[in-house]
Amino acid sequence: MELPVISNTAESGGGGCSSHSCGSTADQLNQIPDEILQKVFNHPCYSEDAHHHFARMHVAVAPACNIQCHYCNRKYDCANESRPGVVSELLTPDQAAKKTLVVASEIPQMSVLGIAGPGDPLANPERTFATFQMLSEHAPDIKLCVSTNGLMLPQSVDEIAKHNIDHVTITINCVDPDVGAKIYPWIFWNNKRIKGREGAAILIEQQQKGLEACIAKGILVKVNSVMIPGVNDEHLKEVSRVVKSKGAFLHNVMPLIAEAEHGTFYGLTGQRGPTQDELQALQDACAGDMNMMRHCRQCRADAVGLLGEDRGAEFTLDKIAEYELDLEGAAARRAEVRDRIAAELEEKRNAKAAAPAPKLVALDMSGLATKEPLRPVKMAVATSGGGVINQHFGHAKEFLVYEASENGVRFLGHRKTDLYCSGGDTCGDADTTLQQTVKTLEGCEVVLCSKIGYEPWGLLEEAGIAPNGEHAMEGIEDAVMAVYAEMAAAGKLVAPVEAPAQSAA
Amino acid sequence: MALEINDLCVNCWACEPLCPNKAIYSASPHFEIDPDKCTECAGDFADAQCAAICPIEGAIVDELGDALNPPGSLTGIPLQLLMEAAGALEGTAAKVSSS
Repeated sequence: MELPVISNTAESGGGGCSSHSCGSTADQLNQIPDEILQKVFNHPCYSEDAHHHFARMHVAVAPACNIQCHYCNRKYDCANESRPGVVSELLTPDQAAKKTLVVASEIPQMSVLGIAGPGDPLANPERTFATFQMLSEHAPDIKLCVSTNGLMLPQSVDEIAKHNIDHVTITINCVDPDVGAKIYPWIFWNNKRIKGREGAAILIEQQQKGLEACIAKGILVKVNSVMIPGVNDEHLKEVSRVVKSKGAFLHNVMPLIAEAEHGTFYGLTGQRGPTQDELQALQDACAGDMNMMRHCRQCRADAVGLLGEDRGAEFTLDKIAEYELDLEGAAARRAEVRDRIAAELEEKRNAKAAAPAPKLVALDMSGLATKEPLRPVKMAVATSGGGVINQHFGHAKEFLVYEASENGVRFLGHRKTDLYCSGGDTCGDADTTLQQTVKTLEGCEVVLCSKIGYEPWGLLEEAGIAPNGEHAMEGIEDAVMAVYAEMAAAGKLVAPVEAPAQSAA
Repeated sequence: MALEINDLCVNCWACEPLCPNKAIYSASPHFEIDPDKCTECAGDFADAQCAAICPIEGAIVDELGDALNPPGSLTGIPLQLLMEAAGALEGTAAKVSSS
């Protein structure tokens, strides 16, 4: 029996970035016109390949919002929608433009500037577009993108098209006003606060109009959805179908994060977020007819640097104000870095293309008494990039999760180890960071890493997850398949699906 | 006849551009309404615009000190839960300050 390595989607695509942890594999993007594809290529948020090399930053210039979501409390930083609260440092357009230029001088990998909040960028059109205007002028090589709830999108599309903005993200949690009424208590529309279903219906209509208008103008649209169990989880499959049929190029389903201490409606009324397994199951269900984005890190709207890191603290307002810019020199350094990275990525791709087709792992089934189908197994991998298992368990800030099955290996997504909190007083229970980490691996049966300590080893085993350090420095897919083959040979895969011990136990 | 912004304001700027009388201005620690300019939008809009967009319950009050958006009216959070949450927050603050 042969087990080929397959990519995220059912039909395997050749070339492009490989199957490991890529949000946009070649076959996902092949329906998109070339000129749009070109825009995604070095965007760290859209291409897993690119995110190890290019940096992005967000600036908080847009404080006002025109809707209320039940997962948001304007008094605090928002855990769901990538934005700091309004009480975090707010920048004027001048400060934001200068900050971007300073960061782009200091970090030549900077390729993308996004505005995502802290409110809704299109509810603050003057501030948002003034920032974009200055950057288009002084650093035209930097890509601009904007995230919005969509309420003012139809009216803003012409202005968006004027700037160097090629990416718009719309948060669409529903296409049915009855569902919307459970997510959005009110919107501000035509000088009135409109509550309940009526408000949700207007919001939904505007989001869909805006999506269509962006696509008609050739502006790339990504759709974000927050998965709220019992409210819109089933419904998001319909959302996925609708937005894809209209031309959105990626759908990013994110888990609801709701805690009582956030003071949000969902937090205080006990609405739970999805488990990792539920999230992955929904992402799988949507993947059938939608390009899914699996490597989104839900980073903050004022994050600076490579995905998964934040160097924002280095760039204080004082430092920015004093900094003397050399725009041409900085642009030249960025161009140099960009060319070098592009060449490296190209080389990697060529090497992949030249290499024999993904290694096939043949499973010896002769030792098995039955020919029952083998059940799939999820495995977590600690890696710092490069497609190999090269990270110590204790150093991993996130794990990539793969599913091995008779059909091969596919990337499911990644799980942050510090998503909710980093322990300490703010934590509701007394879990240690290590216990939290083990919890985030729920549903996985194996964790592959370069090395692992004695304490986590024991905890993982207790949780029914087998630690494995035997494949250090090996390619991820090959190692996952090798472990799967071992499990098959040991007869561990023919039994009916057995859930591993849950962390709650 | 004028509305007033109190210290619940989170300085989100949403109200400022909407005021037909340009009565709202950024100030420290929070936005203020110039009482000489505020008309509560009479003659311009059916609803006072600042109160119609303000996301914070209780932050905008009338001359009698009554909130235009009382607790629970915007978020839909039941009062009982709001009070419990406020109690929990105070408890936390007390702990922090005493430690």
